[in-house]
Amino acid sequence: MTRQAPPRKKKISWRSQAFRGLVYQILAVTAIGLAIWFLAHNTATNMRLRGIQSGFDFLTSAAGFDIGESLYPFDSGEAYWRAFLIGVTNTLRVAVLGIILTTVIGTLIGVGRFSRNALVRGLCTTYIEVFRNIPILLQLLMWYLLFTELLPASTEPMVLGPLFLSKGGLNFPIPIWASGHLWAAGGLVAGMGLAWWQRRRAIQAFERTGLPSSMFWKPLAIVVAAGLAGWLLGGAPLALDSPKQGEFAIENGGSLTPEFLSVLLGLTIYTAAFVAEVVRSGIQSVPRGQAEAASALGLNQAQEMRLVMLPQALRVIIPPMTNQYLNLTKNSSLAVAIGYPDVVSIANTAINQTGRAVECISVIMLVYLSTSLATSLLMNWYNARAAIKER
Amino acid sequence: MKLNTVKIIAAVVASLGALVAAPAHAGKTLDGIKARGQVICGVHTGLAGFSAADSTGKWNGLDSDICRAIAAATLGDGDKVKYVPLPAQARFTALQSGEVDVLSRNTTFTLTRDASLGLNQTAVTYYDGQGFMVPVKSKIKSAKQLKGQTVCVQSGTTTEKNLTDYSKANGLSVKPVVFEKLEAVEGAYFSGRCIAYTTDASGLASVRNKSAKNPADHIILPEIISKEPLGPLVRRGDDEWFAIVKWVVYGLIEAEEYGVTQANVDAMKTSADPVVGRILGTTEDTGKLLGLDKEWLARAIKTTGNYGEIFERNVGPKSALQLPRGLNNLWNKGGIMYAYPVR
Repeated sequence: MTRQAPPRKKKISWRSQAFRGLVYQILAVTAIGLAIWFLAHNTATNMRLRGIQSGFDFLTSAAGFDIGESLYPFDSGEAYWRAFLIGVTNTLRVAVLGIILTTVIGTLIGVGRFSRNALVRGLCTTYIEVFRNIPILLQLLMWYLLFTELLPASTEPMVLGPLFLSKGGLNFPIPIWASGHLWAAGGLVAGMGLAWWQRRRAIQAFERTGLPSSMFWKPLAIVVAAGLAGWLLGGAPLALDSPKQGEFAIENGGSLTPEFLSVLLGLTIYTAAFVAEVVRSGIQSVPRGQAEAASALGLNQAQEMRLVMLPQALRVIIPPMTNQYLNLTKNSSLAVAIGYPDVVSIANTAINQTGRAVECISVIMLVYLSTSLATSLLMNWYNARAAIKER
Repeated sequence: MKLNTVKIIAAVVASLGALVAAPAHAGKTLDGIKARGQVICGVHTGLAGFSAADSTGKWNGLDSDICRAIAAATLGDGDKVKYVPLPAQARFTALQSGEVDVLSRNTTFTLTRDASLGLNQTAVTYYDGQGFMVPVKSKIKSAKQLKGQTVCVQSGTTTEKNLTDYSKANGLSVKPVVFEKLEAVEGAYFSGRCIAYTTDASGLASVRNKSAKNPADHIILPEIISKEPLGPLVRRGDDEWFAIVKWVVYGLIEAEEYGVTQANVDAMKTSADPVVGRILGTTEDTGKLLGLDKEWLARAIKTTGNYGEIFERNVGPKSALQLPRGLNNLWNKGGIMYAYPVR
């Protein structure tokens, strides 16, 4: 005879906190779901009743408009979704470059506020106070105005060596593609591998013997030398596609439009002010004893900052830094004011050509939402990696 | 500009709100207008000659005169108009959502807009075509010389697509620089960022006159690359209102053809001409068929003058824009302005 355990009594009772919680959650989710369904259904029904065509089918039909600048060629006969993709790449191009530049400039300025040199300290403070207190839209317009009003016309550009600067933007020489460049790239990759191995050995040697050896300059030299060797092996291709003066504009070479430059400059300089403050607060959060200990060990000021303060500050900095990166990406939608074809600008055109306002706005929202979430995920991963491992 | 994006989103949200609040059945537009005592008219944010507010806040121009004529015909007073300036991208949403009764905003009639936006195109008030403007000192004489050039253009217009079509057909590969606001396009063109500025020829004349330091420094190239029939639009689903707007425009054109002007409209009421009698409602009551009174057209003419007068005052050779009558002349005077008969 087997004895069965008495069946556990399920607590379906209003007195159970778990049960109440569950009911509340189900109610909340149902209410939100109903609200969304109600809005969507009403919109769809009424748009149909009023004869407004809707749906995302337009994305596959031909766009029919040109885009001023794109990373890869776009033809007006291609579909709308391809046009949107160009807009997204243009947005990402500004955002990624902006994030990199912002981090570098912001960190330098933030560190500069701790300088013992009063001039450097003052300049950094002024920079932060000026640029973070002027609305970003004004700054974008200002940069654009500077580019388009002050620079000479593209028929008589400013020539700075191989560079041409004019209202048409910045034109620069680009190397003409040759197989030698592939060799150079291969050399660089090999150099990086070699440098990584050398650095590991240097660390091991340091831990074994205590004798410091260069952790930065030597690996860098290895990478450069390897790249150079690859380039020489590939026949040292030197041909450049240089910009030259055409009849009405500058021809050939690579170019950056004033729209792109203004957006990049504006976003970078604005966000760098905030990043500088984030860096400053991060550094200040490191206990003073750490700096004193570093001095006591005989590290100079630069080493103290680089080896002791910054690595510890980094842990505090990452979450607010993520915010700044997200802000920069989202602020890039202001680019539409100065004619940079980002995803908002493309969507604006699409709204007018097709009349699908609801659909196009959803596309914009989806793009920014996914970009921001991706950035957050990446930063959270990095944050987890950089966090102090408590054992 | 961010502001405009916000406006579009606001318009979309507002339209969603409106749809939720008043599902399906739209009341008759005319009843609404009579109840509130105002015609709400969507106009351009500022295009000299078509619709622009002067220093006293009064709206002038061909497009806004059409609004005044509609108000005079329906409410008996040309000043009972509420003007809602709309950016290009928000205009259709504003009309669809019922924010405005009629959209008289320099808008081109096309198949897509007619068939897919839930709107009706009434009658053409201005036959336009897209052109290019360049600085005289660029020495460009023809649009075909624009190969590889940057061209400034406003987003949310038929212009963008026409430019692409023309560029493709002629192998020009022009680079468009697209701005959201008219002021931004003008700024970029006049600062020299773009070699050329493209929009409807009337718009070019307007911009040249209003914004150029010296209008003589800029020429409008001879090529007209598109057909742009401009006119007022209304929402679908209210055929009576559609008819009223359409016939106000036709009536004004018909009045010009039969010589009824702002000055002589009262005197003409005794005219023996049967057509004039119908126009002025002295012999036949055409207004009743439209749901208006019999003096509807007489009041409209009294308020704004006939079509020819509206044209002359706002955009004609003696106005600041100095546009020739051209295609917009009456059909029997070498143009293509042809109103259906008021009878």
